[in-house]
Amino acid sequence: MLHIENLAAEIDGKLILNGISLTVPRGEVHAIMGPNGSGKSTLAYVLSGRDGYTVTGGTATFNGQDLLAMEPEARAAAGLFLAFQYPVELPGVGNANFLRTARNAQHRLRGEPELDAVQFLKLARAELKKLSMSDDMLRRNVNVGFSGGEKKRNEVLQMAILRPEFALLDETDSGLDIDALKIVAEGVNALRGPNFSALVITHYQRLLDYIAPDCVHVLAGGRIIRSGGPELALELEANGYVGMVADAA
Amino acid sequence: MPPLNDINSETLGTVEALTQSGYKYGFTTDIEMDLAPLGLNEDIVRLISARKNEPQWMLDWRLKAFALWQTMTEPNWAQIGYPPIDYQGIHYYAAPVKKAGPKSLDEVDPELLRTYEKLGIPLRERAILAGVEGADQPSQIAVDAVFDSVSVATTFRETLSKSGVIFCPISEAVRDHPDLVKQYLGSVVPQGDNYFAALNCAVFTDGSFVYIPKGVRCPMELSTYFRINARNTGQFERTLIIAEAGAYVSYLEGCTAPQRDENQLHAAVVELVVMDDAQIKYSTVQNWYPGDADGKGGIYNFVTKRGACRGARSKISWTQVETGSAITWKYPSCVLEGDDSVGEFYSVAVTNNRQQADTGTKMIHVGRNTKSTIVSKGISAGYSNNTYRGLVRITQRAKGARNHTQCDSLLIGEHCGAHTVPYIESRNPTAKVEHEATTSKIAEDQLFYCRQRGLSQEDAVGLIVNGFCKDVLKELPMEFAVEAQKLLAVSLEGSVG
Repeated sequence: MLHIENLAAEIDGKLILNGISLTVPRGEVHAIMGPNGSGKSTLAYVLSGRDGYTVTGGTATFNGQDLLAMEPEARAAAGLFLAFQYPVELPGVGNANFLRTARNAQHRLRGEPELDAVQFLKLARAELKKLSMSDDMLRRNVNVGFSGGEKKRNEVLQMAILRPEFALLDETDSGLDIDALKIVAEGVNALRGPNFSALVITHYQRLLDYIAPDCVHVLAGGRIIRSGGPELALELEANGYVGMVADAA
Repeated sequence: MPPLNDINSETLGTVEALTQSGYKYGFTTDIEMDLAPLGLNEDIVRLISARKNEPQWMLDWRLKAFALWQTMTEPNWAQIGYPPIDYQGIHYYAAPVKKAGPKSLDEVDPELLRTYEKLGIPLRERAILAGVEGADQPSQIAVDAVFDSVSVATTFRETLSKSGVIFCPISEAVRDHPDLVKQYLGSVVPQGDNYFAALNCAVFTDGSFVYIPKGVRCPMELSTYFRINARNTGQFERTLIIAEAGAYVSYLEGCTAPQRDENQLHAAVVELVVMDDAQIKYSTVQNWYPGDADGKGGIYNFVTKRGACRGARSKISWTQVETGSAITWKYPSCVLEGDDSVGEFYSVAVTNNRQQADTGTKMIHVGRNTKSTIVSKGISAGYSNNTYRGLVRITQRAKGARNHTQCDSLLIGEHCGAHTVPYIESRNPTAKVEHEATTSKIAEDQLFYCRQRGLSQEDAVGLIVNGFCKDVLKELPMEFAVEAQKLLAVSLEGSVG
């Protein structure tokens, strides 16, 4: 599914990713943990194609396609979804309109027929119900006036409606209370299956209590310094990053 | 991956694609024209009046305006720059050779019919579908089509006359309804109001006349489509709408012109008169040819639009979407004379490349408890300049008057300008006047957010721009909203959810 090899990237001439290699097979959920400034968000942005990052080496393939050569919207249509750490406000743009436009844009790029308003609303309402969210969510403008928790829930709603094959969750748990955290986790877990994979980026172990990862990787200094099973997250929780980073150095 | 600072050039390219190369109405109609000789003098004024078979009083009125105009000078206070206009280098009358004002569509030159078909304007009297999902009722629109200096067709006139509504070319109203025209023409915008209005009074050729009798709600939307076609001509349209007590009408106006390297002058005057409890909703989608990327060609749009809320509780709403023209100089205004009368101005002005817009409104509060709302959205891209200029005047009598102004600017790129020039004059201590203004840019993170969800850069800009304009676009009648949204290259805002 996602295969990253020796990936290096810089921003404004400063090296942030320093040779990352990582494989997330289809159907698996992996977690990336690491201290602040270790390159976690950069990895998410480089994989999703944000401007401003220069890839200086390595490769990233997604279902065999050269991910790094694709426009951000093509990556989205190929099934890559980024749940943002800081979801962006779009004043005057209704959530329903935004999501339908996005979903149909992906359909167009994939050569699939588009959804009309009725089909879309039916689908959206079904997803809302599954996530115990109110229809009001669709009527509001994208993230405008949303609380931090509501913004993250909106990311989960978008993910549910866009049905990606691969979700990148960039510190989706930051700033969430325990109830919101559960909703986010349920949203991810609802999508889990043999054809869905995710890379959960987080600073804390807490989220992994609700989204059980198949594999945990520790990122520090722009490199993966350790990989292991779910127990690695518990070890980090107990001992902190300092010791592990020092061991790796 | 392109570096961060490339976002602006990319966005610029997108907006260019949206607004400039997207000009779809730049074709010309090849048709034999009856042209007045170049230039302007008393004989030309007489010639126009004669071509229109006008009565003596109308000619006298024009000549008086022409004399006034000759004593006036072109205003220069607006934030616009252009080479001097050669008023002697313009044909002041241009009409297709076939008889003006044919009785039925069958008499209209097929070349003209094809022109309007290409423009997507329905000249056949049939119900047209709004083209919007959720609109299951077919709606009807009556159209007056003005081609250069003459009206070539006006539809649904018989249907309208059954409810007493008069909808006809103004040149016809001068002949058939002289009392109404004499009473109201120039009563809102006097002949000497300003340089361009005086010029219009002298040489106006065609436009629409609308009269809604007491208590009548106009059974359908009325609209006028203005088309400039002939080379080296100016279009001087004149529109007069009267809503008697308790009447209501929604009127739409659209405009397009061929793509030419020379500038062409368009100096219109629109007057609205609204009596007790009556309402006029006036919407414009202005899409005159804006000139090319280097600022060559395009329409000079110098327009005076003003409405008088004469009656108590009367109301005027101006909604405009201004995307075209090389220069826009336009301030649709309301004189709120009647107590409790209401004036509204909703505006989207988009400028790109070398376009210049200086546009806004005047709200003159005369009556008690009069209320006005101004919502202005300016979007500038390329090397363009976009100025909001607005006056809110509260006169001594206007006890309890209220105004709220919201004025937002969106900048795209590094070379454009947005300016806000509000004038507030209050002579009554009980008045409440509020002014809010914001300036923002399309942020890189907004574009990336949209693209990560699958939207192209172009669609993302369209979506964001459309969201920015939403408060204005929702004021447009549905048919026009669709046109305006397409103009802003936007898919579906407002049709779901």
